[in-house]
Amino acid sequence: MELEASFLTIAWFIALGILLPVVALTVGKWLRPNKPSSRKAITYESGVDPTGEGWVQFHVRYYLFALLFVIFDVETIFLYPWAVAYDSLRATLGIWVLYEMLIFIGLLVLGLAYAWKKKVLKWE
Amino acid sequence: MDLFFYLGPIILMLLLLGFVTYAILFERKVIGWIQNRPGPNQVGPWGLFQTIADVAKLLLKEDIVPGKADRALFKLAPIIAFVPAFAILAVIPFTESWQFGDFAVGLLYYIAISSITIIGILTGAWASNNKYSLLGGMRSAAQMISYEIPLVLSVVGIVMTTGSLDLNDIVLAQKKVWFIVPQFLAFLIFLIASLAELNRTPFDLPEAESELVAGYHVEYTGFRFAFFMLAEYVYVFAMASLTTCLFLGGWLPLFGLTMIPGILWFLLKFSLVVFSLFWIRATMPRLRVDQLMQFAWKVLLPLSLLNIFLTAIFKEIPVLSSFY
Repeated sequence: MELEASFLTIAWFIALGILLPVVALTVGKWLRPNKPSSRKAITYESGVDPTGEGWVQFHVRYYLFALLFVIFDVETIFLYPWAVAYDSLRATLGIWVLYEMLIFIGLLVLGLAYAWKKKVLKWE
Repeated sequence: MDLFFYLGPIILMLLLLGFVTYAILFERKVIGWIQNRPGPNQVGPWGLFQTIADVAKLLLKEDIVPGKADRALFKLAPIIAFVPAFAILAVIPFTESWQFGDFAVGLLYYIAISSITIIGILTGAWASNNKYSLLGGMRSAAQMISYEIPLVLSVVGIVMTTGSLDLNDIVLAQKKVWFIVPQFLAFLIFLIASLAELNRTPFDLPEAESELVAGYHVEYTGFRFAFFMLAEYVYVFAMASLTTCLFLGGWLPLFGLTMIPGILWFLLKFSLVVFSLFWIRATMPRLRVDQLMQFAWKVLLPLSLLNIFLTAIFKEIPVLSSFY
């Protein structure tokens, strides 16, 4: 199949994916009751009146995990083309292809080890 | 553009809704049997209409948006979560001829699109303006991004062996031996990471009922809630299909039994994976949150990196190199 047709297929899939919830929720609107009251609109908090804001502060460690994720996700982007081309590169450039990746991953593993030692990976 | 282009995905969507309906019933039945109880058996013979009744009930329930919620984002979130779940099915090769979009980068597309769902979950969690849902959403996001790394890195070994990201090529490369054998370590990592990606027990912390009420969808009612659930089960379908294609040889027959059509082989392996997911859910207790995060970064990530180099080393060994 040509590339263009494949992209159109994906566009059609996405359109259908949007269409289903929109249609289902519209049909649901005709069927379901609608009796809003101020009691119903209260945020749920185990049956008692909520205290303070719902948008509370959360721990900074989420941010650290997000940073780690970005580092390793970018690494993956470099790894995939390398993996696809591995056999042909191995044939033309020799075993150096492997050593290069070993050095690259080694540096990132060093970073992971640092994070490990700094107890970033620990979750209390 | 032929008729198949327009009708194919619609048929797939209907099949998918049928699958989700009966996967939920099957899951409840399997867990029931394992726990020595009958499971749902009241609605229809053998409980066959249980899920249909549940869906009808959800459809007829009032749609409540909390007063303090961010209304626009609250309504958008289930759609953001559901669309990628369906869109990734475009690249799954069900048989040699039954595939919607034949992409040279099918695997990469799957991985890239499937992570968008995290944004939908986080949007819903934040927009609810509820402490439980925010905590559940943050946990969910942290867990899903942590386990995405080993999931993505574990398949690099397969890509190295195949030399392609096209799922068709990956299936065809398994003619001699399924990748579950030479890439067994990758299979284990992939299975564990995909359980975590699917938010299923033992990795269902974002929805831990006893701790967070229901996680990111506490405030959702009726059909908006149903779409979060639907997205989750569509991912079960997609992940089981992907596992079948990557490790179990997709539509390829076993023992040279070519008279059985490929689609049946695919369904057989696919059902086996789906059953295993339910089986694991019924067997394993939930992890603690500290174990969960450490396991991804300290065990699975180093192992998946190791797997890449093991594959490269096995390629050099003359006896083994024909498998890698």
